[in-house]
Amino acid sequence: MIDSFITRATAVSAQVERAANRELALEMVLRILQNEGVDDKPHCGATWAACEMVGPADQAKLQGSVRGLSFNVTRELAADAKVGISQMDYALANTGTLVQAADEVDKRLVSTLPPLHIALVSTAAVLPDLPAFIQRVDPRKSAYLAFITGPSRTADIERVLTIGVHGPARLIIILVDDVEVAA
Amino acid sequence: MKAEFKQSILDALANPNLTGALGNFSVAYRAGRAKAYEGIDFEALRDEIATVKSSAASHFDELAEQFTRAAEARGTKVFRTSDPAAVRDYVLALAKERGVKRIVKSKSMATEEIHLNKHLQDAGMEVQETDLGEWIIQLAGQTPSHMVMPAIHMTKEEVTTVFNTKVEDGQKPDIPKLVKFARGKLRPMFLAADMGISGANIAVAETGSIVIVTNEGNARLVSTLPKIHVAIVGLEKLIEEFKDIVPILTALPRSATAQLLTSYVSIISGPVPNTDGSPKELHIVLMDNRRNEMAHDPRFKQALQCIRCASCLNVCPVFRLVGGHVFGKVYTGGIGTILTAWFNALKESDEIQSLCIQCGNCKDVCPGKIDIPDLILELRRRLAVEQGLPVIQKAIFSVVNNRRLFHTMMRAASIGQIPFAKDGFIRHLPMFLSNMTEGRSLPAIAAVPFRDRIKEIKQPKCAEKAAFYGGCLIDFAYPEMGEAVVKVLNKAGIEVIFPEGQTCCGAPARYSGAYEVAAQNGSDNIKALLAEDVKYVVSACPTCTVALKHDFAAHLEAVGRTDELPAAKELAAKTWDFSTLASMLLEQGRLKLKKGIEPTQFSYHDSCHFKRTLHADQTPRNIMKQAGHELVEMDECDMCCGMGGSYTIKMPEISAPILQRKLQNIEKTGVPLLLTDCPGCTMQIGGGLDKRGSKIKVEHTAQRLAECIE
Repeated sequence: MIDSFITRATAVSAQVERAANRELALEMVLRILQNEGVDDKPHCGATWAACEMVGPADQAKLQGSVRGLSFNVTRELAADAKVGISQMDYALANTGTLVQAADEVDKRLVSTLPPLHIALVSTAAVLPDLPAFIQRVDPRKSAYLAFITGPSRTADIERVLTIGVHGPARLIIILVDDVEVAA
Repeated sequence: MKAEFKQSILDALANPNLTGALGNFSVAYRAGRAKAYEGIDFEALRDEIATVKSSAASHFDELAEQFTRAAEARGTKVFRTSDPAAVRDYVLALAKERGVKRIVKSKSMATEEIHLNKHLQDAGMEVQETDLGEWIIQLAGQTPSHMVMPAIHMTKEEVTTVFNTKVEDGQKPDIPKLVKFARGKLRPMFLAADMGISGANIAVAETGSIVIVTNEGNARLVSTLPKIHVAIVGLEKLIEEFKDIVPILTALPRSATAQLLTSYVSIISGPVPNTDGSPKELHIVLMDNRRNEMAHDPRFKQALQCIRCASCLNVCPVFRLVGGHVFGKVYTGGIGTILTAWFNALKESDEIQSLCIQCGNCKDVCPGKIDIPDLILELRRRLAVEQGLPVIQKAIFSVVNNRRLFHTMMRAASIGQIPFAKDGFIRHLPMFLSNMTEGRSLPAIAAVPFRDRIKEIKQPKCAEKAAFYGGCLIDFAYPEMGEAVVKVLNKAGIEVIFPEGQTCCGAPARYSGAYEVAAQNGSDNIKALLAEDVKYVVSACPTCTVALKHDFAAHLEAVGRTDELPAAKELAAKTWDFSTLASMLLEQGRLKLKKGIEPTQFSYHDSCHFKRTLHADQTPRNIMKQAGHELVEMDECDMCCGMGGSYTIKMPEISAPILQRKLQNIEKTGVPLLLTDCPGCTMQIGGGLDKRGSKIKVEHTAQRLAECIE
């Protein structure tokens, strides 16, 4: 199922990485932010929506390592940021999809506005397909369920597939092993 | 047909950018869609969708109330109205009350349907489309030419010109750069907007949720950044239960864009916080605009099963030639024709419905399982009732129904004595006469029709009898096909009779909307064909076979002649198309294939009715392969040849390029022989090949089989 997810997500132009545990995943994010040149200069920031995988101690440590990384998501920061980071609640193997209960606006800001979105998701949260998801989730408990399958795309001019219209042009998914998932 | 409409067809056909883009897309779509559906039982899936949507359409009122209760319980404001003007007024009043100046929109056909933008703009609001295609056509001052890809008719050069003249000079026709430019220009508008307007692909009554499907991500921004979100939702988007979104979300992306899932799906079930912490104002407008009335129409209710994937446009041989600005209004293509008749007015569909060639491609791929060609015929019928048939058409029916007179006229015309050519009468005759159609030679009309030739055939005495239903083409133009049928059946021990009372199958009347005439044709034929005690009724024309097997009963029922239904059903039960009957006789060992036939390479053209109504497409292929011949499939073997009965006469401009494409596909195979089971296709394709000086022979399966039988 994990392989299927990776195959499908890669087929829709997402980059998929896998980390053996939470600490290694955070290190991976850190390296990506450094490679992307995240900094506190204009248009170089990174903004990270609060998530279970990152505790207060991690936040301090990460911020100490990368200038321009903020855990205090605002509309302005997200609109200016180079990278947005968030944790997704589920993944659907047969379509390479990530799903998030995204009632909190921060979660949507970091995954819509910056050109690069890094999505962390627990390997244990990979479900086979949409019917499996529907069985678990009640939309009455979440007012905004967001499905993301690959980066933003269009084929509106001459049907030529072009990545990155209004949403992120790049999506990096980090599958994190060895993390408990809330039921 | 108005000259203006005819001219719009000619203009579209003369636009190589349009026909090129749509033509290439139709090829890519076919392959992409097939791949996207790999491993999925499409028939089961669309049965599920049809059930879900049909059940919802039976309960629109209850579902709308349930949706309203569920959504309002979460703080959403729901406004329900049947009147498009009330929708416009509601949105405008809301915008004024909240001091809205700037509005961003994600794609919504419902708002196109009611021309919402204009209403808001006239009141001084700035309304910005944000879907790239919609933005382009908004800038260009056009309407969408396709329900999913609104700007598919434009080249990158044309888009560049629009950007340069309407937004900012200096853009180059480089697609990634144009997309980046659009992102850069639209982003500040999202951030500055006071209101976001979207449509919805699904509305779930159980949970009060709307589901929005996009690829660009604009709906996420429209529903996230402005403090007010208004979703305009047609009643037909309602479904009962949350779990029912699964089949729709399975089919919609696959059918629309050949994707397993779009980049984004947002399920919104209530207001969420704004970026400043205030609660978002979420308004959902449930719009009727005759949808409930449609749900109560026994014929058109099924049109509400549409999920707006536009696959009926993508597989249509006519749409890919003329595009949505000719073939449609706001909604385009096959389903667009039907929706136009309802959401605008029946008479507004008059010209566009005439574009349908009735090939049935759309019916095969529709994920809502809508019989679009049948509904278009129903529009045609209602238009004929409302407006009456042209006098000339009535005169024609009286001729085609008199077989001897019809043959005499055809014969006279074909040998150049055209006493009936006055007033364009000949030109309007529903078949095979138009020497004005370019690109096709016409068959000679036989001096002696098959109904007389069969009397000269010495048939053995047999225990079983079959009645042969000739149809006009075999009777008058291709009697050799009839002779082949007799030869094959005789060898299986079946004697063939030709009941003299048989007349036109009714297709010309049916396809003109004249159901009374078609029903009378059916009635006359039923009497003639059931008069003698025969085991089989055989036809070698798929259109005729479909008439005998399906349409006679349908027409009689449609005009209330239900007392004749049992006889119609009796006839249907014993009617066979030639190839299916021959295949059975081969299996039974009553026919034997010759040994050591010199193998010939052949290609097979699927006639529309033969494949999509009779589902017999593999039968002749298998027979010929068993006989030792080698099948070489052509590209688009099941795409219409452009004949479409009288379509080729009514719409020669469209029929001709459809034929040319078919001929190219045939020639590419390099085979010396083309087989088909339809005399109409034989005439169209054979005539086309002849005109091109091609050496490829075109035969009916019956003719080739007659040579292969011991």
